[in-house]
Order: sequence, then C-alpha cells, then structure tokens
Amino acid sequence: MRHTISVLVENKFGVLSRVSGLFSGRGFNIESLSVGETIDPKISLMTIVTSGDDLIIEQITKQLNKLIDVVKVVDFMDMDHVEREMILVKVAPDKRENKEEVLRLAEIFRGRVVDSGPTTYTIEITGDEKKIEAFVELMKPFGIKEFARTGKVAIAREGIKKK
Amino acid sequence: MKMTGAEILLECLKREGVKHIFGYPGGVVLNIFDHLYDNKDLKLILTRHEQGAVHAADGYARASGRPGVALVTSGPGATNTVTGIATAFMDSVPVIVFSGQVPTMLIGNDAFQEADIVGITRPCTKYNYLVKDVNDLARIIREAFHIATTGRPGPVLIDLPKDVTVAKGDFIWPEHVKIRSYNPTYEGNKWMIKQAAIEISKSKKPVILAGGGVISSGGHKELKELAELTSIPVTMTLMGLGSFPGTHPLSMGMPGMHGTYYANMAIQQSDLLIAVGARFDDRVTGKVDAFAPDARIVHIDIDPTSIRKNVRVDIPIVGDVKLVLREMLKVLKEDVKEQWEQVRKAWLKQINAWKKERPLSYKYDENVIKPQFVVEKLYEITKGDAIITTEVGQNQMWAAQFYKYDKPRTLLSSGGLGTMGYGFPAAIGAQLAFPDRLVIDIAGDGSIQMNIQELATAVINKLPVKVAILNNHYLGMVRQWQELFFKERYSYSNLDVVPDFVKVAEAYGAKGFRATKPGEVEGIIREAIKTKGPVFMDFIVDWKEKVFPMVSAGAPIDQMIFGDEKKEEKKKEEKVRIVT
Ligand SMILES: Cc1ncc(C[n+]2csc(CCOP(=O)(O)OP(=O)(O)O)c2C)c(N)n1
Repeated sequence: MRHTISVLVENKFGVLSRVSGLFSGRGFNIESLSVGETIDPKISLMTIVTSGDDLIIEQITKQLNKLIDVVKVVDFMDMDHVEREMILVKVAPDKRENKEEVLRLAEIFRGRVVDSGPTTYTIEITGDEKKIEAFVELMKPFGIKEFARTGKVAIAREGIKKK
Repeated sequence: MKMTGAEILLECLKREGVKHIFGYPGGVVLNIFDHLYDNKDLKLILTRHEQGAVHAADGYARASGRPGVALVTSGPGATNTVTGIATAFMDSVPVIVFSGQVPTMLIGNDAFQEADIVGITRPCTKYNYLVKDVNDLARIIREAFHIATTGRPGPVLIDLPKDVTVAKGDFIWPEHVKIRSYNPTYEGNKWMIKQAAIEISKSKKPVILAGGGVISSGGHKELKELAELTSIPVTMTLMGLGSFPGTHPLSMGMPGMHGTYYANMAIQQSDLLIAVGARFDDRVTGKVDAFAPDARIVHIDIDPTSIRKNVRVDIPIVGDVKLVLREMLKVLKEDVKEQWEQVRKAWLKQINAWKKERPLSYKYDENVIKPQFVVEKLYEITKGDAIITTEVGQNQMWAAQFYKYDKPRTLLSSGGLGTMGYGFPAAIGAQLAFPDRLVIDIAGDGSIQMNIQELATAVINKLPVKVAILNNHYLGMVRQWQELFFKERYSYSNLDVVPDFVKVAEAYGAKGFRATKPGEVEGIIREAIKTKGPVFMDFIVDWKEKVFPMVSAGAPIDQMIFGDEKKEEKKKEEKVRIVT
C-alpha cells in the first residue's frame, strides 16, 4: 500500500540524511520526498511517499518517531487530506497547430506557461498525482524536452463541524 | 564565565560525575589533553587502540550502569572507534564518544586527518553532534548524556573541531535537559498491563523470555518477584543472562541457537510468551514463522520499534521494564488470587522432565582439556561471583552455557554485533569500575588477538584482569560451521600460528600460565586469581570440541542437534600445530 507520511523535524543540518539514512539502512523504499521550512523556521516539514505492507509502514512510522530530531509523524492513510505536487515540463511542439494545442491543454489543466523560447514552452502544473500524470501523458506526443517534479506535499483537511 | 572549549568539556564531565575516560591522543585534541595533564578530577586511561578505548568505556558502562566515556582524535582515531560504537549501539549501552575534528574552517576540505565521523556513525549511534560553536558545547554535552542514558540507552558521539576546543565561550550549565522531540515512554499502558495479567491467569504453559532490557532498566528484582509469584519459568537471552538468577529452579538458561533443550522446548510449546526487554534476535527465534507457534505473545519494551519488528505480538506494552513489571505485580496481587503453584504444576513438571532428558553436557576427558570444563571450573572456583566478559565464538557460548549468572551486570558480552576483540578491553573497563572485584575475560585464541595490545593498558593501570584463553588453535566457531555445513572444508579457520600467550603476557610485564592437562586447570585458575596483576591463562583445549545443542540457522528452535547423534564419526585425525 502506498502511504503519504508527513514528518515534522528540527530544521538542522544532517536531519535529512538521518531520515533518508533510516530508509536506506533498513531497506525501506522512498517514492518521493519533499522538504521545506515551516512558518516556524526552527522546524521543517518533510512529506514522504512510501509503500509497504502494514507491518512495514508501522516500522517506518515508529522508526521515524524514534529519531531524536523528529517532532511529529502523521500517516495520512486513513485521514482526509489534500495532496499536491508540482511539475515543470518543457515541451517542444513543432507545428503551429501543435503549439496552440499545447496551450489549450495547459489551460484545461489550469497550468501556467512560465517560460517560452523560440521552440519551447515551459508549463507549470500543480495537482494531485492523477492530474499530473494525465497531463504528462498528453504532453508526451509533443516532445517533452525536460521535466522536473517536486514530489508530494500533503496537509490534513480541516473537518467542518455541522451544526 | 568565559572558558575555552577544552575547559568546558572537562568541567561538564566533572559535573556529570565522570571520573575516568578512555582515550588516545592526536593532533586536534591536544588542547584537551593538555588540560587533562594536571586535572585532578578526571583520569584518562590510555588504551593502545581507539577500538579498545570504546570497548573499555562500554565494559565500564555495562558493569556499573553508569555511562562510559571515550576521547579520541580526528580521522583515523575517530574511524577506529566505529566497531566499538556499533557494538554499544546493538546492545543499547550508554557510551559517549568525543572525537576530535579538524578546525571548522577546514571541514569538508579533505584536510589532513579529516573524516566525516558524524556521517560515518549516523546509523550506529543513538544520536551524534558536530559542535560548531563553543557556546553550544555545555548544552550539547548535557544533552548527550541525557540521550545516552535515558529511554533505550545507546552511544552518542560528539565531534569537536579543534578551534572549538580553543575558542572561549560562556559556560552555562543547563540544569535540565529538554528536547522537544525526545520523550521516551516510561509508564506502560495500564489497560494493556491488565490484559497481560489476564493472559497470565488464563495461561497453562507460560514462559518468560528476559532480555538485556531487564538489566538496563534495573528491573531484575521485579522480574524475580513476578516469576516466583506466578510460578512461570524464565529463559534469558545472552544479553539477559543475570537478569534472573541462573541457579533458580525456575531458570531455564538461554534459548535459541545454542540455547538449552528445555528452554527451546518450553518456548515452542508455550501458550503464553512474556518477552521482557528482549528484542527477538534471529539467534533467539530461529525460523520466525515457526517460533512459539501456539503462544499468545506479550512484549514489554521501552523501544516501540522493537515491538512487532520480528515476531507477531498480541499484547504490546511500551514502557520501562521495571515500571511495567511493578504495575503488573500490583494488578496480579490485587485482582487475581490464584494458587499459581497448583496451576503450573503440570507445566513445571514437564520442564523438569526436559531438563533431565537433555541437560547441558559435554564429555569429560582425562587426557585433554575440554573447554566446557574450564568454564565449569571457573564457575566453581569463583562461586559465580566474578564479572565475566567474553569474546565471540565458541568461547562466548560456553561462557553462556556453563557459567551461571545470578546477578545482573555480571556477564558482559557483545550480543548484537558479535564483536571479536570486545571482551578484553571490556574487562579492563569493568575492572576500572570495580577495582576490587574479580574480572575474567573468557576468550578464544582468535578473538584475544584482536585487541591483545590492551594488555599494556591493564599492566600500566594495575588492573588485575584475568584472561582465560580457550586455545583451540582455530577460529573455533567458524570451524564448527565448516564441519557441520561445509563438508569439513576448513577454509582459513586454522590460525596456523598462534603466539605463545605466556610469553606475550610476560613481554608486556604480566603473568602467563599454561595448562595442557585437565589436572592442571584448577591449579592455574587459583594461581591466577592469587596473582596481583593481569594474567593470561592459556588453556590448550580439545580443538575438535563443538558447541551443542545447536539449531542451524533458519531452522525452528526445537529442531536441535546435540552432537551425540553419530557416535563414531569417520574422522581422520587432523594434525594441529600448537606453537608453544
Ligand atoms: C571482528 C569479527 N570478525 C569476524 C567475526 C566472525 N567470527 C565469529 S566467531 C569467529 C571465530 C572466533 O574464534 P576464536 O576467537 O578463536 O574463538 P572460538 O570460537 O575458537 O572459541 C569468527 C571469525 C566476528 N564475530 N567478529
């Protein structure tokens, strides 16, 4: 099963390698990992996408919790949450009508053209995995020259209490 | 108050109550060593190898329960500590290692004697630090001692760049340590403890599996009370030997690969297994799927990651062993008023039958010394009152099987990593912690050669450590496996040249004795104990002897071989060259 796990850590050097070392040292797989500072500059948030059976995921979360620099671990598996990732794709449509088609598709996917050259467009797309993958599939025929992907970030949905 | 980094370091160690550190000097730590020169509170024990320093600190910690401290230089000094640190890590021993580092400015530049020791030791320390600012030093040291000694104990490394030891900073001693992300759970969940108590009262064939966690939490008294109250037999892992009296009628000795027949049978047939501070090492479980097939499993451990890592667990209890056992005793005494002895009668009878059927044994021989006989004699003569350390191999297993440990912290052995060369420096550390006690390293001729240079440390510091070398001229345990599983192809397990250990001892200014006949064993042990300084006892033992019973790697633990299956093995005599 694939799990998205968010890990709040102390924002210190070496912490990323402690976390990634935990995965590599124990043979756990990381599918994606994204890190950034939170509003509290002393704390960073890591979002890790990993997979494994229940026992493996249990070990992963326990081992993460055991790391001295880890403040909090949340597995989003059974939790209503929002997930996003961003990609930058540089496409090189050859003909004029292809160029128009690329722009049209980008619009449909609520993408933004963030750079353009004589033969290329660089498009930014944000969304969940399905959307990203669908867009990439659509772009392939036009010739993807470069491609950069952030990995996921996730956050729990705030429950709305019904009165 | 302004102090240099070196001064802060020594002041912190003093405040932590450290009296001895084990170490070895080098360029970047010279400032610290200079301060040690006329320091009255701290004595540095100069070992002859940094690995020896860390094992000695580890032995000191295991024997005394107080953290052990080592100080080494950068680069090669630091990398030499890795085996010692990994050994302490695997066995959860509180050791603090200070390594020198090149000046902050040069870090990352491949400077002379630079090594990224923080990176190298990250996977084998509980935590580690690179100190970048002298003003952080006191806090970091305080945190390091806190982390090393609380929760599941473990080694912590502090890397000290040279300039940090020279720079002046404010010395502020933090009275309390607070690390927001580090909060070990000590109290076990009450509901879970209650469930465990209910299981105990329902169970007909329970077994307690006691591990090293009982010793490090100091819960041995509670364990004994629990076992006696409920009449549950106890088996102890290698790390757990001493957590329950080995001479107690409820003791079943060690389980697992070289465990007793009765411990393994009892585990396999139990309906309830209560694991206390034990982590289910594969040497204990054998084939995991076939381990304790009919048992409900209660697992008490301070480290949540130990639970359900290797075996299924029905009742997990995260907490300090001592506190959890206390609570459990309270519940058992209040709620359940069973006549435990009656309830357990049949089960204990069965276990006693197993004990009679297959006791630990070996064949005595009049002409050649059996290694088990040496261990037995050591036990007899010391009345079980020594601190025993071991090396790794057959010697370690015989030390576990034929010496009985009634008290915690009397067997110091590298269980998790299985480090040859551990026992001797660990014995030095233990002896330093307890100058008046008898400390004996039970060694193999292979293992002792891994840190034999520490004899100098023992001699200079007048540490009367006794080393009983079970000299079989082989890497015995390797030979045993080759004999049993590799068609007797003894690939590189014959040591060919073994030094004359008596002469080695004498060369270092110690005493050496040799026994070649069983009749000489007792005399030599007594002589060694009487001798003031360190002693090597070279016992030329039956090199063909193997450790039994044995479960082959990956087999269920009740499939044991005893060594007497094929009486007359068609063995051609092999010539052993013993260089004496
Ligand atoms: C540092 C290290 N290297 C290798 C091993 C693998 N090993 C385990 S037991 C053993 C043989 C030990 O021989 P010896 O010390 O003579 O003891 P014996 O088994 O003969 O009692 C070896 C090589 C180890 N445990 N540790």
